[in-house]
Amino acid sequence: MRITLTSVFVDDQEKALRFYTDVLGFTKKNDVPLGEHRWLTVVSPEQPDGVELLLEPDEHPVAQAYKTGLVADGIPYNSFTVADVQAEYDRLTALGVAFTQPPAAMGPVTTAVLDDTCGNLLQIAATN
Amino acid sequence: MGDVFRALADPTRRAILDVLQERDGQTLFELINRLVTRHGVSCSRQAVSQHLGVLEAAGLVCTRREGRYKFHHLDTTPLKAVTERWRIDP
Repeated sequence: MRITLTSVFVDDQEKALRFYTDVLGFTKKNDVPLGEHRWLTVVSPEQPDGVELLLEPDEHPVAQAYKTGLVADGIPYNSFTVADVQAEYDRLTALGVAFTQPPAAMGPVTTAVLDDTCGNLLQIAATN
Repeated sequence: MGDVFRALADPTRRAILDVLQERDGQTLFELINRLVTRHGVSCSRQAVSQHLGVLEAAGLVCTRREGRYKFHHLDTTPLKAVTERWRIDP
């Protein structure tokens, strides 16, 4: 058994695709029309055959309540590994990305938490 | 108004104030992370929320909503009650 896919609930798939590719820097992998929505996944350009992230519509009311509760408490939905948290923070801030937590050493890792503009917070992390 | 002396009596609540002094304006998530990784205080989200409630009632912590986020801030003003009650000679 292998982990090949994880997902994030987004409020708008097209907007999410732009943020996850143009801003975060992922690349589109799969885009399959599926009724009114799409099977839409992105991957890291560093690992094109690695884990895919599914940008999944958040239309179910429970999904929206879940997201709202996590964001209010500042809890990130997903965590991504970067080489240098401060450098990513500087790059993303310059692109207008909002952070709820600037880079901070948290034990063995340095983390920061950003808003994905689709209703979620995301953590970026690097081991110290 | 809650009792500032009672609020300060608990070691976890004192650690929460230490954490907010490191960086003011934190989400609950950041606060809990700092408590465990920097102060070795491991506490459930519910427990930290309850401690924050006591600190807020005592006026030592205030919260600010910014859009969908909620940030916690340190307010040391109520600590004046300690030195007003027991004067510190210069």
